[in-house]
Amino acid sequence: MILSWAKLFRPPRRLPAVVTRNPFHQALLLALGIGLSTAGVLADNGDASSPPAHWAFRRPVRPTAPAVQDTDWPRGDIDRFLLSAQERAGLKPVGEARPEELLRRLSFDLTGLPPTPEQVEALLQSVAGTGGTLTESAWASWVDGFLATPAFGQRWGRHWLDVARFAESTGKERNHTFPEAWRYRDWVVDAFNADKPYDRFLREQVAGDLLAQEAPPGERGALTIATGFLALGPKGLNERKREQFVADLVDEQIDTTTRAILGVTVACARCHDHKFDPFTQRDYYALAGIFRSTETCYGTSGDTQRNRQPSSLIPVPSEPLATRVPVRRVPPPRLRPNRPAKGTPADALPADNRHTNSLAMGVRDSRVENAFLLARGEISQRKDRVPRGFVEALQQGTPVRMPTGESGRRELANWLTAESNPLVARVAVNRVWLHLFGRGLVRTADDFGRNGETPSHPELLDHLAVRFMADGWSVKRLVRELVTSRAYRLSTATDPKSYAVDPDDVLLWRARPRRLDAEAIRDAILSASGELDPKPLHGSLVAQLGDTIVGGRLRPDRLAQVSNHRSLYLPVVRDAVVDALEVFDFAEPSLVVTARDETNVPAQALYLMNSPFVLDQARALARRILQSPKTSPRDRVLLAGRRVFGRNLQEFEVRRALAFLAREALEPGPSGRPNGPETAWTLFSQSLFASAEFRYLR
Amino acid sequence: MNASNECQGLGPRPLSRRELLKSAAAGFGWAAFAGLATASARAETPSPLSIRAPHLPARAKRVIFLCMQGGPAHQDTFDFKPRLQADSGNAFGGRARGTHLIGSPFRFQQHGQSGLWMSELFPRLGRQADRICMVHSMRTDIPNHPQAFLQLHTGSAQFVRPSMGSWVLYGLGSANQDLPGFVSIGPPAQLGARNYGSAFLPAVYQGTRIGSGREGSSDAGMNHVVNPRLSSAQQRRQLDLIQSMNRDLQSRTAEPAGDIEAVIESGELAFRMQTAVPELLDLSRESKATRELYGVGDESTDSFGRQCLLARRFAEAGSRFIEVNLGGWDQHQNLESALRKNCRALDRPAAALLEDLAARGLLDDTLVLWGGEFGRTPDSRREDGRDHNHQGFTMWVAGGGMKAGLSYGSTDEYGGKAVENPVHIHDLHATLLHALGLDHERLTYRYGGRDYRLTDVHGSVVKALLA
Repeated sequence: MILSWAKLFRPPRRLPAVVTRNPFHQALLLALGIGLSTAGVLADNGDASSPPAHWAFRRPVRPTAPAVQDTDWPRGDIDRFLLSAQERAGLKPVGEARPEELLRRLSFDLTGLPPTPEQVEALLQSVAGTGGTLTESAWASWVDGFLATPAFGQRWGRHWLDVARFAESTGKERNHTFPEAWRYRDWVVDAFNADKPYDRFLREQVAGDLLAQEAPPGERGALTIATGFLALGPKGLNERKREQFVADLVDEQIDTTTRAILGVTVACARCHDHKFDPFTQRDYYALAGIFRSTETCYGTSGDTQRNRQPSSLIPVPSEPLATRVPVRRVPPPRLRPNRPAKGTPADALPADNRHTNSLAMGVRDSRVENAFLLARGEISQRKDRVPRGFVEALQQGTPVRMPTGESGRRELANWLTAESNPLVARVAVNRVWLHLFGRGLVRTADDFGRNGETPSHPELLDHLAVRFMADGWSVKRLVRELVTSRAYRLSTATDPKSYAVDPDDVLLWRARPRRLDAEAIRDAILSASGELDPKPLHGSLVAQLGDTIVGGRLRPDRLAQVSNHRSLYLPVVRDAVVDALEVFDFAEPSLVVTARDETNVPAQALYLMNSPFVLDQARALARRILQSPKTSPRDRVLLAGRRVFGRNLQEFEVRRALAFLAREALEPGPSGRPNGPETAWTLFSQSLFASAEFRYLR
Repeated sequence: MNASNECQGLGPRPLSRRELLKSAAAGFGWAAFAGLATASARAETPSPLSIRAPHLPARAKRVIFLCMQGGPAHQDTFDFKPRLQADSGNAFGGRARGTHLIGSPFRFQQHGQSGLWMSELFPRLGRQADRICMVHSMRTDIPNHPQAFLQLHTGSAQFVRPSMGSWVLYGLGSANQDLPGFVSIGPPAQLGARNYGSAFLPAVYQGTRIGSGREGSSDAGMNHVVNPRLSSAQQRRQLDLIQSMNRDLQSRTAEPAGDIEAVIESGELAFRMQTAVPELLDLSRESKATRELYGVGDESTDSFGRQCLLARRFAEAGSRFIEVNLGGWDQHQNLESALRKNCRALDRPAAALLEDLAARGLLDDTLVLWGGEFGRTPDSRREDGRDHNHQGFTMWVAGGGMKAGLSYGSTDEYGGKAVENPVHIHDLHATLLHALGLDHERLTYRYGGRDYRLTDVHGSVVKALLA
């Protein structure tokens, strides 16, 4: 089996120090033409006291767009930055992709869905009127159309859910369900659809409960749900020691918050000062104090027999009745006298069942305290208390005074999203770039620390970051700017001369072919077969199943009983991700995932060849096509091509399909009689789903 | 630095795509050097599952792990404690503990030339004693099943980490591209997929589950490997159509990367797996004598016997890491009756596996590992049970370059704590990798800005166990 290395092993890694430091290996590597980069490979011990030497820890400054020789090519500043670098390297960008390729690319990128056959038709008609080219104004109206559909939030919300390690169960040793987790999922989708400013989006997740105090009553419910971000992490509820459990919970919150928002790993400093980045153990415990002063409410009180660390949930304030969803509640648990574990508010548990309000996962302030520094991160090794605070090396301006009456999450949220924070906007625009171009400007999109790679286009990155902030942190405007560039519309064609200079396309002289992700593959199959239910699913299968243990009372195969809603709405249960997602490299829901793997493993081929889902959808597509008013077999084949590939099949493809269909219809079935057209069409439809073209964006 | 980078002004990026493809193993931290030497002679885009040369001379090529979920009582199986028998019933550990010592209800005897001790529960395994290397001084961190089980499999009870099978597959590749390189047969469902998951390692290294603990192994199967509706001939003609579409696309795009090629290849491989996997799972292909040797068909040994026989078939076919599972070792009570039942289920299949592997010449390079997530206490409040003990327990290894007939380390006189030559789970992992030719400190993977290892910052190779 052959896989694409650069994709599979994203981010491409440096050679390890053991190899690069060895003079013999170095000589060999050089002889073979393998370059060594000094950055990060050689010892680069940061000194936290000096001004930040690492590029990502300095504030981005907006650069002026460079001059280019070919002034006709660029449509805007993005193109100027890219073209300028290409011209310096002697590269020439390839031409534009075909209109139907572009529509398919744009539709999947912005909505996660294929263009409908009607949209393909409309596109082909419109470009026929303009000499085969897609005009800028026509393109802009496609872009604005997709940005305005609710599918945009379903697509881009899911990207954030990867980062937020969204899941509907605890994972770990006993996998308790989170029947209320879907509220956070919907909150994220709504935020992207409403184009909530990204800084505000982040602040609400860290401190929504505190922001709610000043918010209009109608917004308080959503602000509560937003803090689900901090409550959704994997949890080992079998832990006996409360103190250990709390330390691990706080650690998970620090790790997720810093990775998701700042793109760096601070949690390494739990046990020792960070080896590569200027994050100290004191930084870690300063942050830990903030989260220790916070109560995390994740529920899971349904089975206190096997749950040593149950928690309450938070009533959602002022929720309109119409949006309520019945979540299956178990009868109040019979609490053992020695449960819940010390430190849990005992009265909170049964109370959940008395609330008429909906309940949400989330956080709220608890007793404010500074955390002890723990030597080697061990709870038995307490040293001095560290005042609550942030990461010293990333500190901008005067230190913020921590309130005595609040956890400090409000201050943390402001600090994380301040325009003076060097990381937050860069990390965000890099992710948006990654989702639209297949690779970030910083290829190690999950690591902006010293070990990460430097940006391929540092000035472009800063340009985008500064503009993003100046433009009100609007994700939709950023996406629009990127997809209306000329660079986005390049074809995936290659060019021998450019390939010889830049085979890895670092300078973006061509578009990268990209594999559809798991949700897009399933949604596109449902869309092509006509079986997709495009309505949002209010609630979740996990909400219907209620508070239970996966693998215990709840058999994982029950999670496979799913509807034809978009894949976003499939249950996301840790360690029991449904096949349709898992085989296509779904984000591991216990980890912060910035870029998913893109593998081509046989399990995917087996799924497309043999799974009942694909077989059923192939039959549905076959029936739909056979029932369509188009009567000629030729027209039917063309319709199938438009539904699955979003283009008109060429003449030889049509002939090949017709020959296949004719033969399969005549093949004798189990009874000895010919199989007939439905079987033939089912086989043909499935072959379209299993083809490379269906899975790839060009 | 690299001259070509400088003159082309391509910035600080260390490896171009083509160089990356050529060097093949550059993604594999440790293997850059080893990979360069071999890969340049091979195809431009080798598979991440293709065989890779280890760091060190390897004694073992594959692992079969007989995983005993629940924590088998070492005092009643392989760790003979005469003093515990003698003091049985005495109060233990002071009033606060409030327990008494429980002598093993089973007789022990020595076996073979090595004189390894085993209890009467292992009449057949006793005859394999001279192939076995006992480690009596195992230790782990947490006396809770789920956490200890995770630590046994991934090294960490706390964080999401790749399973040792994933590390092995990542380090060595698979010797059979038609079959999964890492399989877990009948894993306990309630303890989760994390125990055979690849975590941050690429998904190709994750374990393939064959059946689940609940189903037993008699109907063990693999997902989507059989088509419920189409005949093989229909599927072949369909695949031919798919492949001709794929090749059109390939010629249309002149794509330098191997994406479409990968789709074509994985389609063919999947098609071969549809034949290879059901054949491999079909135990009727084994002789009646072999099936009987493993206890297939005998009610008390059928399930685990099938698993062990499947393990041998996967090992023979080239899989790297095969885990089989026998649960239910958590004897807080009914120690005597439950252990009798468990050991009956274990004895014949496990002995058969060692004998069969040896007869086929596979034991020399197959490392067989037996054990659970921890052991049990010498004392209890109950009359007929033992509690969790992470401070001292027994595991054993056989074949694969481990010292046969050795009894290594010991617990105290009651089997409470490891006192002589303690071996932590991290040390076991380091030793296992060493036997496979992998240096546990060099087998690393970069994730989130850090190089990770199976042994984290711990572990040392227990040289005394190596033959």
